[in-house]
Amino acid sequence: MKRFIGFIKKEFYHIFRDRRSLFILFGMPIAQIMLFGFAITNEINNVDIAILDHSKDTTTEEIINKISASKYFSIKQMITREADIAAVFQKGHVKAVLNFEKDFSKNLIKDNKATIQIITDATDPNTANTISNYVNAILQQYQKELNKDITIAYQIIPQTRMVYNPELKSVYMFVPGVMTIILMLVSAMMTSISITREKELGTMEILLVSPIKPIQVIVGKVFPYIFLSIINAVVIVLLSIFIFKMPVQGSLFLLGFESVLFIITSLALGILISTISATQQTAMMISLMGLMLPVILLSGFIFPISSMPLPLQMISNIIPAKWFIIIIKGIMLKGVGLQYLWKETLILIGMTIFFIGLSVKKYKIRLE
Amino acid sequence: MKTILYIIQKEFKQIFRNKGMLPIIFVLPILQLVILSNAATFEVKNIKFGYIDNDHTSTSRALVEKFNASTYFNVLTDFPSEALASSEMLKGNIDVILEIPHYFERDLQKEKYNSLGVTINAIDGAAAGVENVYVTQIIQRFNQNLKIDLLQVSDKQIQPITIETIPLFWYNETLNYKTFMVPGILVLLVTMITLFLSGMNIVREKEIGTLEQINVTPIKKSQFIIGKLFPFWVIGMGLLTVGLILAKVIFNVPMVGSLALMYFYTSIYILVVLGIGLFISNFTDTQQQAMFISWFFVVIFILMSGLFTPIESMPKWAQIVTEFNPVKYFVEVMRMVMLKGSGFNDILPQLLKTALYAFVMNGLAVWSYKKIN
Repeated sequence: MKRFIGFIKKEFYHIFRDRRSLFILFGMPIAQIMLFGFAITNEINNVDIAILDHSKDTTTEEIINKISASKYFSIKQMITREADIAAVFQKGHVKAVLNFEKDFSKNLIKDNKATIQIITDATDPNTANTISNYVNAILQQYQKELNKDITIAYQIIPQTRMVYNPELKSVYMFVPGVMTIILMLVSAMMTSISITREKELGTMEILLVSPIKPIQVIVGKVFPYIFLSIINAVVIVLLSIFIFKMPVQGSLFLLGFESVLFIITSLALGILISTISATQQTAMMISLMGLMLPVILLSGFIFPISSMPLPLQMISNIIPAKWFIIIIKGIMLKGVGLQYLWKETLILIGMTIFFIGLSVKKYKIRLE
Repeated sequence: MKTILYIIQKEFKQIFRNKGMLPIIFVLPILQLVILSNAATFEVKNIKFGYIDNDHTSTSRALVEKFNASTYFNVLTDFPSEALASSEMLKGNIDVILEIPHYFERDLQKEKYNSLGVTINAIDGAAAGVENVYVTQIIQRFNQNLKIDLLQVSDKQIQPITIETIPLFWYNETLNYKTFMVPGILVLLVTMITLFLSGMNIVREKEIGTLEQINVTPIKKSQFIIGKLFPFWVIGMGLLTVGLILAKVIFNVPMVGSLALMYFYTSIYILVVLGIGLFISNFTDTQQQAMFISWFFVVIFILMSGLFTPIESMPKWAQIVTEFNPVKYFVEVMRMVMLKGSGFNDILPQLLKTALYAFVMNGLAVWSYKKIN
């Protein structure tokens, strides 16, 4: 036991001696969460659009005013010919063109009906679809004004209640995701090189002939990083509460417990990478190239998992970040306790045991 | 020149000798392109839907049937009470709850008007908005049928004024997300590989101590740097090629524009990334530091590139930050040229900024390299 404590002490010294790395380690997550928390949103605002008005009458003018008054659109230019549509799209200046038919007002009076084409640059399908929906909503509002004398019978009106995030803030979606990604990747990257470095610098042999048991080496390597990651986690949680006004509806204690659990899972994953790779370079490439995109794309951080094809939904289950994101959102936004989150918690515990077990096994193989 | 060629040869040999790295450089990115491109979709499908029918009449059943028939809502659960439904929503098993009140049908016939409760899990605000639109559309369609069913034929109404909208989705009529995402993810993979490899490479020589040996040889520093970086440039271009082939063969991504223009742009773009990698290498002492810093920038580059979330919705200061993001330009150019057939003049602004970026970054990198060593 004394030997083991000595080993942990040594590891602590190693880490705290490297001031520069420490600075990077703590500075980066703070900078990132500040940047992303404020900047990233999947709301669609201020979309640049162009207008092609063949009619130029009072009705089209009114509609154009309504559209330019909404926060969703800003009218970047007026074009005069159909042929210009392709040109403005190809230059990438606007995302949509509203094309009013000729004699718009006249048709509206004569036939009670007039037509607008909403031409969108659908290379970005999400924006295209949303633009189309927003324009429709504005027009529907306008029609209601025009039709206010006509009563339409038999109406069912849905009373919609948005729960857990009534103002539809996208920061509630992104801050938990950013927290998760930063914690997971920083933790995994830190430990992924801890054993490979010893291999590469040649000090591994010394460890191998020492009387310290493999499990002790691994735990000893992880231990100081748990400390660092907890500090990181505390800073990130405080930032998200005080700067981004994330609520913590549930228990702060549970949030702390789950965060520590997730950190240990990530550190254990890093250790596993460390035991299977021969050089630091390989280890870091696995933890960066191998983890970054899957974690961003498959964790539910940006894209809804339930919309993915079934095989990918299954793969997403092996991404620890997915479970932690569910847990954080549950505690912070829904205010649920362990009785709702025990499954996710057990999965993270299971993954941790699996990673550590496999690491110890791989490590032993190298001993022989 | 000969010296450079030798260094390049040596670097290539080193890359191919490292058996552990080969699959990471050549297989992992391709695998990710093929698999992950399927994950990136903002479509809202398979909405888990629960309802509480307190009315149990033909009208309420008909309404539920409408939701059942829709392709968006796939899990339909009938809850006996609101409490049970809420608890399932807390567990994450239900996204949308529809609550049909008591005497729904009777009141509707009497008042010609009725409301019902819809509860939506809004943690993902964007998805909640879409779900709300779907629910509203279904109910509106149901309203129209109601009119036809309940109104007497003679009871003809005055035709309301309607403005008809015709949505036209150019360049991607079927709103296929893969068309949009595959080029973007390819950009990320090319960027990540070239940045990580170059960022770690020179610092590795520092860490192991071989950089000093090189500094005392007659090799010029510029030769050394070019020799070091060229192989990664080749790897980046190779990855682009394989990626484009897969994009065409597997995802059938349209390639409207000029491939030559695409390659020309990429050849300059990779210089930017290599310059950043070299610069990071110069300012770090260990591979770990280099990787942490590369990671720091890559995450910023990815999340602020406009690839997953729109740049125009970011606050002004953030939009200015994105001006310094090379990935943003690459994503724009790739999508413009491949999907819309934009030409040289269309991408000229991006091209010029990228070229300037490459010039500045490599200048800084070479300058700091000389200064530090």
